Amino acid sequence: MSEAEEITVNVEFSGGMERLMKDQASSIQAKLPEPATIRDLIIHVRDNVVEDKKELFSKNDTVCPGILVIINGSDWEVEDSEDTVLSNKDTVLFISTLHGG
Amino acid sequence: MERSERINLLRSRLASLRAEELKIEAELCELEEAQTTTETESTTTCSNAMPHNESKLSSTEIRRYSRQLLIPEIGTKGQLCLRNSSALIVGTGGLGSPCAMYLAAMGIGTLGLVDHDIVDYSNLHRQIIHSEAAASGTPKVVSAHMGVSRLNPLCNVRLYNVLLDSTNAKDIMRNYDIVVDATDNAATRYLINDACVMLGIPLVSGSAVRLDGQLTVYNYNGGPCYRCMFPTPPPVDTMANCSETGVLGVVPGIIGCLQAMEVVKVLTHRKKNETPSMLLFSYRSQPHFQHIKLRPRKPTCAVCGDSPSVTELADYVAFCGSGPNDNAPDWRVLDDPAQRVSCREYSQVVGDLRKPHLLLDVREELQFDICSLPNSVNIPMDQFDQRRDELERILRDLNGAPIYTVCRRGNLSQLAVKYIREKLSYDQCYDIARGLIGWQQDVDPNFPAY
Repeated sequence: MSEAEEITVNVEFSGGMERLMKDQASSIQAKLPEPATIRDLIIHVRDNVVEDKKELFSKNDTVCPGILVIINGSDWEVEDSEDTVLSNKDTVLFISTLHGG
Repeated sequence: MERSERINLLRSRLASLRAEELKIEAELCELEEAQTTTETESTTTCSNAMPHNESKLSSTEIRRYSRQLLIPEIGTKGQLCLRNSSALIVGTGGLGSPCAMYLAAMGIGTLGLVDHDIVDYSNLHRQIIHSEAAASGTPKVVSAHMGVSRLNPLCNVRLYNVLLDSTNAKDIMRNYDIVVDATDNAATRYLINDACVMLGIPLVSGSAVRLDGQLTVYNYNGGPCYRCMFPTPPPVDTMANCSETGVLGVVPGIIGCLQAMEVVKVLTHRKKNETPSMLLFSYRSQPHFQHIKLRPRKPTCAVCGDSPSVTELADYVAFCGSGPNDNAPDWRVLDDPAQRVSCREYSQVVGDLRKPHLLLDVREELQFDICSLPNSVNIPMDQFDQRRDELERILRDLNGAPIYTVCRRGNLSQLAVKYIREKLSYDQCYDIARGLIGWQQDVDPNFPAY
């Protein structure tokens, strides 16, 4: 595949989400073949970045309840949720909701 | 020497005065509550009556709030809004402490405080409204009342020493202009949200765990409610709480302060032009704060949508799979009681019997460093696979002598027994039921519990 057909997405994890990732990474760069949606990114992260408790990150090709997906600073429901099409250099944040106080 | 005697005398006098103050506070709270109940029974129509002029600040108030009156965003008009308003804070812990203190200090007219818990020594590093003297079992609302009335006696405080649930939530909340969610569990968060939607009250919601915090104003000005954001409760395994995963004291403090600020903004009508957002805070990130834009109210939301399916408060503990008191579940991994020993039984093993054995502590290293029993060896449970050779060597050297596994509360230690018995085929393996917490309660009261 040539480089022109690939996009690079900045992926960030916070709110404890990073603890599920390999090396507890709080950010990674994901390369995805174009066109790519958030659903593709979720599957990519599930298969390649989540350490072992995959069921705590994703279920049925979407994120588990309690995880917010933020695309370039906006809640993904401001856009098209799983079907949002990603562009090169987009930043996607996966954040788990906190309940403690 | 006379000076040091005097110091000791003053110290002990101060300690007894502080204890005395708490006692007085507790009795006062009780009497005031009884009085309020009688008053509301006899004069139900004027429950919101204020003892002061609604449209004017007194000279005491002007002196006290002068620096705030000088800010155009507040001014006399804003200060009157605060004085004539009421806010209910649910939870007087890490978030509720600073929120209550600042709202009282800034001049909120009426502050309601809900908490069913008592002050614990392990609360003090973050729940700064409570004093050390209160940490031997004073109800949190009583201790919080003391903190608030010291700061500002002009603030009218109402206490609810109850666990908020679906039977009492609406009755408590309906008397308030705004509600602050400063609780620590998902079930109560859904409960408060749904009650706020049903009563049409804005909700300032904060949360904090470890090094992260989150803040959102829900059910306000066309924005989403908590259920719009989180229609389905998260898996029980992902609900981290402070007693299990820890929290840096100042983190809920930061979020609690911001909750107080949002309350002021809403009550003084300065938030109307803002679009719905969530504020994320992290100790790690640079910058520490991030604002994210949120969806508007969802027409399909089960509680605030156009045709809601949730119209009455329900069983939120069942909905979430865990409730406000389920901070530390006790697992049952080992069905055979012969594979477990009690803390007292183990104390015999190390005491009178002096039986040769190995005490294997399976907590993570960070926790092992906090405290451990003498002569224990630490191999964290999650390293068993990678350190299997080492484990097998240890078992060989033991020559059939028993292994006792221990952890904080006797959960992980059961998994360790299962692993050693099944995967390493070593039958002389037992877990110490109730772990170090049980040890502290049943055997050695001086052992540090955490």
